[in-house]
Amino acid sequence: MSHLAIAAPVPPGKNAGWRQMFSLDNRFMPPLLITLILLVGNVSFGILESYQKTLLAIVSSMVAELILGRIFLHKWPHLASAYITGISVGILLRSPFFWPYALCSLLAITSKYVLRVKGRHIWNPSNFGISAMVFLAAESVATLSIQWGNNLGAMLVIWLLGSVIIWRLRRFHICAVYVISFIALAFLRTWITGDPLLSEISPITGPEYQLFIFFMITDPKTTVRSKKGQCIVAFAVAVVEMLLRLDQSVYAPFYALFMVGPIALLVEMWLNSRRISGSATTVNP
Amino acid sequence: MKRIPIARTLVSIFFVGLLLVPIIVRRLSGRQVAAQTKLDTKAALANHGFYLTEVSHAAGIDFVHQGPTLDSKLAAIMPEVASMGASVSIVDFDRDGWPDIYVTNSAEGSKNRLYRNMHDGTFKDVAEELGIADVNQAGTGVSMGSVWGDYDNDGYEDLYLVKWGRPELFHNDHGHGFTRVSEQAGLPPWINANTAVWFDYDGDGLLDLFVGGYYPEDVDLWHLKSTRMMPNSFEYANNGGRKYLFHNLGNGRFEEVSAKVGIDSRRWALAAAAADLRGTGHPDLFVANDYGVSELYLNDGKRFHEAGAQTGVGFAPKSGMNVAFGDIFNQGKYAVYVSNISEDGVLIQGNNLWVPREGMNGNSIKYENMARDMGVELGGWSFGAQFGDLNNDGTLDLYLTNGYVSLNRKKSYWYDFTKISGGNSTIIGDAKNWPGMDGRSLSGYQQKHLWLNDGAGKFIDVAQSVGVTDTYDGRAVALADLWNNGALDVVVANQRGPLLIYKNTVSPDEQWIEFQLEGTKSNRSAIGAQVALWWNGQKQIQEVSGGSGFSAQNDRRLHFGLGKNPQIEKAVIRWPSGRVQTLDSLVSGKLYKIEEPE
Repeated sequence: MSHLAIAAPVPPGKNAGWRQMFSLDNRFMPPLLITLILLVGNVSFGILESYQKTLLAIVSSMVAELILGRIFLHKWPHLASAYITGISVGILLRSPFFWPYALCSLLAITSKYVLRVKGRHIWNPSNFGISAMVFLAAESVATLSIQWGNNLGAMLVIWLLGSVIIWRLRRFHICAVYVISFIALAFLRTWITGDPLLSEISPITGPEYQLFIFFMITDPKTTVRSKKGQCIVAFAVAVVEMLLRLDQSVYAPFYALFMVGPIALLVEMWLNSRRISGSATTVNP
Repeated sequence: MKRIPIARTLVSIFFVGLLLVPIIVRRLSGRQVAAQTKLDTKAALANHGFYLTEVSHAAGIDFVHQGPTLDSKLAAIMPEVASMGASVSIVDFDRDGWPDIYVTNSAEGSKNRLYRNMHDGTFKDVAEELGIADVNQAGTGVSMGSVWGDYDNDGYEDLYLVKWGRPELFHNDHGHGFTRVSEQAGLPPWINANTAVWFDYDGDGLLDLFVGGYYPEDVDLWHLKSTRMMPNSFEYANNGGRKYLFHNLGNGRFEEVSAKVGIDSRRWALAAAAADLRGTGHPDLFVANDYGVSELYLNDGKRFHEAGAQTGVGFAPKSGMNVAFGDIFNQGKYAVYVSNISEDGVLIQGNNLWVPREGMNGNSIKYENMARDMGVELGGWSFGAQFGDLNNDGTLDLYLTNGYVSLNRKKSYWYDFTKISGGNSTIIGDAKNWPGMDGRSLSGYQQKHLWLNDGAGKFIDVAQSVGVTDTYDGRAVALADLWNNGALDVVVANQRGPLLIYKNTVSPDEQWIEFQLEGTKSNRSAIGAQVALWWNGQKQIQEVSGGSGFSAQNDRRLHFGLGKNPQIEKAVIRWPSGRVQTLDSLVSGKLYKIEEPE
């Protein structure tokens, strides 16, 4: 849940001048969106138990990014992605204790620098952090439990706003494929389990999925490059999630992305290396 | 050149260390499932000053609660929707000076019990002969709870029966029987409620009655017109039952005045209690709501002003299921304990211990949640809780029961529960969208909590080591000195489970004093009367309650633990009429029967 802004700048067009004048740098859009979600959610529905915990998550995340970025990249990194990671942890994680917020943020950011293959980190940081926490510290943490009042209006606003921003960042197709796949597979699940269809669709109408869809599965740094590949990965996440759901896994979406995301990247790297070696062979017989 | 590889190695070690933190924290916190061990009474007395022994069978009580069977349209989720109804209230209905026990049953056609205290450690069910057993007949709904109060000031406690169905008021005919007076009193034909409180909100010397609706009153749970009767939100539901405030007119009749006095809510009330939280002389009303925020109605003697958000108790929505008041710091102020849901790895709402902030009182009162700091936050799927000094050391302890639906131990409904609970209101509001439970448990077989107040800001859970080892689906907890021996015993009503009587044995060094109050100008039950006791340089307040906890009512007698070698300075009684009475020359180890001076 972190790097939407860093990739995919808006290409200059004939109206680029006025667009630039009236629009923000893309890298600030996701942080603004998630801040808006946080503020609206908390003012209207009290989604945070405490500002201190969210602040702790954000500060831990940004400090870790600064230190690790400085060590490994020899420069002060842009903090937009760390901010999003921290704020995501603050929103999604639920715990009566303070330490899980700091730990989750540290795990998320550190994973970016430790779990790398050919220079790329392969897990979405906050997905890694959240998945690790709910798996390793189940007795101390849960994920978001407050549902925006289960309110249709709030849900529509977030979906609309998120979609506009994601469209602008040219990653809407990922969200669309995932949502369509989720709903299609809900039919399959209900056929298998016999549970009401709406109960299978129900999760995607909640805020946890809004954050998951707009900030995790669309992360440019941890998704494959091609549009077609992105669509396939989004579909694969939905399929693995379905399997996990059939096994009654409460955190199915997080675990599905945790599993599918790195595999997709590794496959892409392998295909790329084959292509490069193939080209090299052709050029240098 | 080697800087980055070395740094990478160090960061990798750091990363592995981070992954190990949860394991280390788990070991350090010792938060493991306590093994059920045989009670060591000597060790319990030495370490904690008391122990509890479950004696229901020996006391002649073999009551097992039966749950209702609602409309077959709800069959798939019946264990969940029919998961309440076990309740207990303590009353000395015959004025013989010994606390009796009333328990509700909830199957259609089942019978409630009134256990008369036989003074020898045994109890005898007299509900049938006195006319308050057969109250769950088909077509009239079933019992959910009961509260006792002397609404006509004749000296005998009358019974209000909380139901999903036809609410009932029974007049106590001098301890010899009960007469049903529901229609004469002016009660409505149907309320789906889980909570009611007797209190004299306007100080006219007559007990009034608050009833908090859960399901809407136009829903007949046995003949559903529609399955769209579930909450429209898990956090902000506003489609529950209405609230009632029955003002006692003094002629055996009540007038419903809730809207007139500022109580207008359709949240899903599960628990309520009243006490003078601000020292104004008027009882305030605290309502814990399921699927939403709590409400605090501040009372100016004539009208109520809802101040949940303003005071801090009504902002973060949870699943409120209990309201209990206790002066836990011995500072003359009540903290409020509201129970909620916590399930490892799924949902951690945490219970609330609302403590008034320093220097704030009156209308500016604000509360902060100290549950985490004091160690009473995590209690599973928590239900009823009560404050009481169980080891007589001079500080109030906290007993909490819990557990929602215990069916198949190996299969959990939590996954399906989270699936539906996160969804949109149009989905969750309709029962037909809910996945079937299929015999699965939902936070079942949970260990109970008995938190001892160490007097220094912490509560320590000693349940297992003092003999509380049951894992039934607990609902209501009531405290009373059933043996009249200066120790608070614990009565627990379990859903589809046995009524448990935990007899308390306290170290004889720990002293106590009790007060039994009777109003004259004030309501005769003395509900709302407050005793402030000064001893050994400290002060504790307690108030006679017309219902607290979850579907429960403690004994009206007030019990104070005093610790070792107490020097009692005085007790000051503030009666609901406003009269203040000071008692000197009190000695420990006695029950004082005090009548309000004319």
